[in-house]
Amino acid sequence: MRWVLPDHIQDVLPPEADKLEGLRRRLLDAFRGHGYQLVMPPLLEYLDSLTTGAGQDLKLRTFKLIDQLTGRTMGVRADMTPQTARIDAHLLNRAGVSRLCYCGSVLHTLPSTLTATREPLQIGAELYGHGGLEADIEIIRLLAEVLAVAGLPASRIDIGHVGLFRALAARAGLVPEREEELFDLLQAKDQPDLALCVAQVQEPLRSALLALPGLYGGIEVIDVAADRLPDLPEVRCALDELRRLAAALPDLPLSFDLADLRGYHYHSGIVFAAYAGGAHGALALGGRYDLVGEAFGRGRPATGFSLDLRELAMRLPDAAVAGAILAPQDDEPGLAEVIASLRARGEVVVSALPGHEGTWRDAGCDRQLVKRDGRWAVEAFEGE
Amino acid sequence: MCHVSSITLALSKGRIFEETLPLLAAAGIVPTDDPERSRKLILGTNRPDVRLVIVRATDTPTYVQYGAADLGIAGKDVLIEHGGQGLYQPLDLGIARCRLCVATRAGFDYAAATRPGGRIRVATKYLNSAKAHFAEKGVHVDLIKLYGSMELAPLVGLADAIVDLVSSGGTLKANNLVEVEEIMPISSRLIVNQASLKLKRTLIQPVLDAFAGAVR
Repeated sequence: MRWVLPDHIQDVLPPEADKLEGLRRRLLDAFRGHGYQLVMPPLLEYLDSLTTGAGQDLKLRTFKLIDQLTGRTMGVRADMTPQTARIDAHLLNRAGVSRLCYCGSVLHTLPSTLTATREPLQIGAELYGHGGLEADIEIIRLLAEVLAVAGLPASRIDIGHVGLFRALAARAGLVPEREEELFDLLQAKDQPDLALCVAQVQEPLRSALLALPGLYGGIEVIDVAADRLPDLPEVRCALDELRRLAAALPDLPLSFDLADLRGYHYHSGIVFAAYAGGAHGALALGGRYDLVGEAFGRGRPATGFSLDLRELAMRLPDAAVAGAILAPQDDEPGLAEVIASLRARGEVVVSALPGHEGTWRDAGCDRQLVKRDGRWAVEAFEGE
Repeated sequence: MCHVSSITLALSKGRIFEETLPLLAAAGIVPTDDPERSRKLILGTNRPDVRLVIVRATDTPTYVQYGAADLGIAGKDVLIEHGGQGLYQPLDLGIARCRLCVATRAGFDYAAATRPGGRIRVATKYLNSAKAHFAEKGVHVDLIKLYGSMELAPLVGLADAIVDLVSSGGTLKANNLVEVEEIMPISSRLIVNQASLKLKRTLIQPVLDAFAGAVR
């Protein structure tokens, strides 16, 4: 009992840790190849900058502590996206586009589901400074590519547009509490309670809000939406963006859900969720959040995505990993060079230490270096 | 999660199962077993791509939330206690109707006990609903979680009132309790796993549409 970890906190042991680290490297390399520069924000910082522009949800999910040096409240990051936005807006202060990526552990006070970890290993990419659809397209393509690189291609990328709900809610003139309630009902596609909630709203907005939860499915949804939603400039613009996005990504398994407002508190345009590996939840989430930079002193168009590497690793089948090669403890000339060249080829070579005979198979060795006719050769590990 | 090519519906035996049968029939689904006679927990249907799982009513949202079932049928009471995270609740099926009520011993001055700033001791298994209801009224509430035979609590002095489902009111009457306030009407909802609706739409949507048609 004494060494039990807190609930929803796990060790990562061999060989899973190796799998996780391999994934981290492959994904960061993919980001690097697309010009996304790595940033390493701190594990904790003042609470206000961690939770700026985010919803109540993120505030509740952030562990808090008091800074002994200043007496101010600090938080352990629960999401690295606001940190990256702060870096872009405040530190880099570039005029043009910045492409940033990150990978690190985040902590959640509450697990997001009964089986989720409270310490996800978050990895993500963010594109700042371009408000056009090209940026949304680039980010969704990048997401599809890194999932393929990880060996788990997206089976579905579900697209939404927060602008639709924002436009309808603004025109309906809802008070913030009402808007919050409406948001929750839309997320749950709770038609019966939604009907009660919007009973006082004027037509045609009432029918439009009631139609939103049903607007999901393939590309045809966009035309249905154009039919059923009022002909407002914001609505036209959002639907047009979705249409152009679909046309630009014909090779990806896209679907649409116009009531999906996840992350609504800071998202502002196209949002998306990627599903892969037949599991029950979305694997990666992302979207446009043009308003967050403002809180840090500089409003900047922004879009990006992130995912939990632990979750990704869990959904991947275990790769067959070659075992290590056991090398004798020996001063023989030539042995050191043989070992060095094996390691240079990516092999794992471990040196035998005296007195541990019979334990090397447990230590992961399945082959050994032996001298045959004056030459060092790798052979299957016999004995033990 | 089960196969992409088949769907699983979770529901509880008894009233919900009985009243769901006509809806299933409207969707062209007929169970091959009767849960009242069979002890099987997984029931086949006339369709090879649809199966039913029989769970406790309070467990239905959990099965659907974690994708162990794609669809489920759960009372509004159960959904409020569960919280509904990760679920779609698109349809009120209008079945298994009843109401969530406050009841006390006959003669108990409920109005005096629940004047603003008052304090009342309530026994219930519906903690979230009871808490929200009394908070709305501005009344402090001491909740006692019970799992059954709620009607006993006020009679033996364990609580001032109970919050429970009432359908005919027969049990209350038999125990000399009276319904003093209705909290909300209850009926069963169709619930859907969010990822299932995205990934198995071609299988789920026809069932949804058939249910919606049958309810209307």
